[in-house]
Amino acid sequence: MPDAKETTLQQVWQDGSAKAGHEYARRRITIDPITRLEGHGKIDIFLDEAGQVERAYFQVPELRGFEKFVQGRPAEDMPQITSRICGVCPTAHHMAATKALDSLYGVDPPPAAKKIRELIYNIFVAEDHALHFYFLGGPDFVVGPEAPRAERNVLGVIAKVGVDTGKRVIAMRRRLRDLIALAGGKAAHPVFGLPGGVAKHVTPDMQTQFQVVAAEAVEFAQFTLQLFRNIVLKNSEYLNLIRSDIYTHRTYYMGLVDESNHVNFYDGCIRVVTPAGTEWKKFRAEQYLENIAEHVEPWSYVKFCYLKPVGWKGFTEGPDSGIYSVAPLARLNVSDGMATPLAQEAYDEFYATLGGKPVHHTLANHWARVIELLYAAERMKELAADPLLTDHNVRTLPTQTPREGIGVVEAPRGTLFHHYQTDENGLIEKANLIVATQNNAARIAMSVEKAAKGLISSSNIPEGVLNKVEMAFRAYDPCNGCATHALPGTAPLVLHVHAQSGSTVAILRRDLSGKVRRE
Amino acid sequence: MPDNKQNSLQVASPEKEAATFEPRIVAFFCTWCTYLAADLAGTSRFKYAPNVRVVRVMCSGRVDPQFVLDAFAHGADGVLIGGCHPGDCHYQEGNYKALRRYRLLSRMLQSLGIEEQRFRLEWISASEADHLRSAVNDMVENVRALGPLHLQPSEEMFPEEVAV
Amino acid sequence: MAEKPKVAFYWCASCGGCEEAVVDLAEALLDVVAAVDIVFWPVALDFKRKDVEALPDSAVLATFINGAIRNTEEEEMAHLLRRKSKLLLAFGSCSQLGGIPGLANLFDRESILQGVYKESPSTVNEEGTFPRLHWSENGRTVDLPGFYETVRTLDQVVDVDYYIPGCPPAPRIIQAALQTLLSGELPPKGTVLAPDHALCEECVRRNTKPENLSITQFKRPHEVFIDEEKCLLAQGLLCMGPATLAGCDAPCIQGNMPCTGCCGPTSRVRDQGARILSSLATLVDSKDETEIDNILDTIPDPVGTFYRYSLPSSFLRRKKMESPKVTAISR
Repeated sequence: MPDAKETTLQQVWQDGSAKAGHEYARRRITIDPITRLEGHGKIDIFLDEAGQVERAYFQVPELRGFEKFVQGRPAEDMPQITSRICGVCPTAHHMAATKALDSLYGVDPPPAAKKIRELIYNIFVAEDHALHFYFLGGPDFVVGPEAPRAERNVLGVIAKVGVDTGKRVIAMRRRLRDLIALAGGKAAHPVFGLPGGVAKHVTPDMQTQFQVVAAEAVEFAQFTLQLFRNIVLKNSEYLNLIRSDIYTHRTYYMGLVDESNHVNFYDGCIRVVTPAGTEWKKFRAEQYLENIAEHVEPWSYVKFCYLKPVGWKGFTEGPDSGIYSVAPLARLNVSDGMATPLAQEAYDEFYATLGGKPVHHTLANHWARVIELLYAAERMKELAADPLLTDHNVRTLPTQTPREGIGVVEAPRGTLFHHYQTDENGLIEKANLIVATQNNAARIAMSVEKAAKGLISSSNIPEGVLNKVEMAFRAYDPCNGCATHALPGTAPLVLHVHAQSGSTVAILRRDLSGKVRRE
Repeated sequence: MPDNKQNSLQVASPEKEAATFEPRIVAFFCTWCTYLAADLAGTSRFKYAPNVRVVRVMCSGRVDPQFVLDAFAHGADGVLIGGCHPGDCHYQEGNYKALRRYRLLSRMLQSLGIEEQRFRLEWISASEADHLRSAVNDMVENVRALGPLHLQPSEEMFPEEVAV
Repeated sequence: MAEKPKVAFYWCASCGGCEEAVVDLAEALLDVVAAVDIVFWPVALDFKRKDVEALPDSAVLATFINGAIRNTEEEEMAHLLRRKSKLLLAFGSCSQLGGIPGLANLFDRESILQGVYKESPSTVNEEGTFPRLHWSENGRTVDLPGFYETVRTLDQVVDVDYYIPGCPPAPRIIQAALQTLLSGELPPKGTVLAPDHALCEECVRRNTKPENLSITQFKRPHEVFIDEEKCLLAQGLLCMGPATLAGCDAPCIQGNMPCTGCCGPTSRVRDQGARILSSLATLVDSKDETEIDNILDTIPDPVGTFYRYSLPSSFLRRKKMESPKVTAISR
């Protein structure tokens, strides 16, 4: 009879689909859809039938749309508008925008203006690198990746290095920021940038202050480097961690270099080296579109940069994949050395210890960052002593009709491009921003997945796994706010692992301070 | 309640809306000139479009741009300012200030998507009831042709907004 | 020992500058940390949403939220924190006024997404891939929060008790606000915790601001040499000082650039952009309509300049959308 037949058919169908669903469910980890905080990274990890990690997604869930809403704005407002992409590195955007304006109006600032800009910029890089080392990434090493989570934060750092040192760090940072405010109006969202110059000149009084703090900064940087040597380099466990394969990727590297191929944050040519360390290309900012492209994935608001001529081959590494890296490690890899003596010594020590150029170990970024801190401080000292600094001529008035301009700087977190097209009145028609962490976005995603794969399996989710997965991206000092024009700083991590039927196996939460809690 | 929500979020057909739409115009008339013109139009029994709600101010220069924006924000489809002719302002310069603010505000409103014809400045002296009538009629027809302003998304819309 | 009052910090669509502003209290921050119990501060401490949910309602004395409301998650967190807090403070321009992200209200979601993921000259995206709310691949599903059409201020979403203005708030303003809160003598609800007069009154250049100011041409900063001592408005630059709250010490003016209005208006002004528009237009030195227009044309971008930080909080809130998807019948 038809009814009975249908029932049997239905039954067979249901049994079959239940089985298939069960197989799928076992492979699938249902990640809690509610992200803890917008702007922070979210990582979703999926296990295969064997319980091993099949795929991990590093998601950035935030977007504000700067490239769109600056359309119609006067170009000269861009330094102050784009600085709001990120409150941790506003000066980077401010500077890239200012240089883009120089290019837009075809105007060259007077020497004093360039020196003031570079001085402010190095002060900023020094302050930002110090912040990351002591507050954000450093705790992993200063306190230790295996240390209790409650201590893996700045307070733990202070406990380890002592309250006096802790206060010294806080005070140093404050003095550096006060200097930026002195010359630039404000430390958070400065105002000095204009096409063809800076808004105000430096007085002899200001110059004296610069010199005093610069000297302190050099000492402070050396102190920080020695701290790193004592705590990290003398610890074989940490060295092994740095060198371990889980945190290693062989990609291309990109950074700005001056004419002598030394690292320069403020200006220069973009140099890219292959995974083998040979020069792949050296080009000016104007040629960025031929060399860099952005790729979109549906699971994140961030776009992923890659080298256009090499091509997008997915999240893979090696000379055939266009994925590259920026920021301290990359900058050291692409350069032939540092422009100041103490930093150069540190650079030599770095490569001698890690086995020559290029270094592919992501965690080495922390060390490279301290070396850059030293260079920034030394450069600050050089510029602060320059008699030309106090010259009153700090502006060249633009005369050309604006059309198109491109500016590039090295933000602390990597190469930053601002590209504007305007009408004859200087109102923005189109803006394209390639923001530091975007250059790293693909490699960060790979690092997170590699770490997850190396550390997680369904039967074993150790407490420390979250921190070690996080260390994979924290080393890049990611600025997700910049990357999607959303939120800055280290991304707290949420790892929700649901197995099989969807029941929660573990929820692990970890954030900037280093504290991990398992529910 | 589901039913109410259903009603308030129903899409009105454009034709139906066009047929029934009565523009709501808020007008700011200065005491010394335009308001008297309105009085005169009234006592003369002039017939003209009834769509204008008049707010009497001492001088067109009293009109703060915030008033104009407030009117639009609260549902006005158009805003009209009426003042004395240049040179005749009871307070000497008030109407020039109104003129300057009007020019800049009109430009800014256009960049906010509010068409030029929705915001109008007219010089109408106390005896020009006729001018008042034609200005009002003209404006109402222009705004009728433009349709309702429909400025703010209603609060209930927000959950519906996310339709990626 | 008496229990320390609980405080919390949270960020919505922001840049993190407000977080930096708190860290910028530097040594003073240690005093703050000693006086209160921070129960939630995602950037710095490990407390999760669940911890907040587990708190009794109104358990937190004061929560400081910065950032505008741009997506679904931010709105949820705003509601959650409102329930759990006695006092909710909008910290910084974005939460108070909408901030610079509020300029996105001159566009709609579709054009922003198209602009970022399709039209950008360096983006290679022939397939037309866009971030999705939910996306599946090989049986795996991942989610992203939803992106609203319109940026909103915090008080357009929840009830706000006080405002701490600035982009970011100046250390002086933050310290004064904290002191007020801990003193127990709370001002009327809705107060902006800053001096309630215009910036001009405390600007270091106020003595050079003329009684009768008349403008025949507005200047853009890159077009002229900017005198380092004279009132910037008097030099023809678009300074928002007359329509902006004081309390920040005018650092931008000390940087020799005009005020851009980040602290928002005084209590007597409802719409900051309209207010500055009114002030500047009135200064135009002409009685002839054509000449007036010519002078006003030297202001290149009225809406972006006057509403730099305050578009979502303005009367109109946003540019009218092209074709509203839904119309309200009831009139």
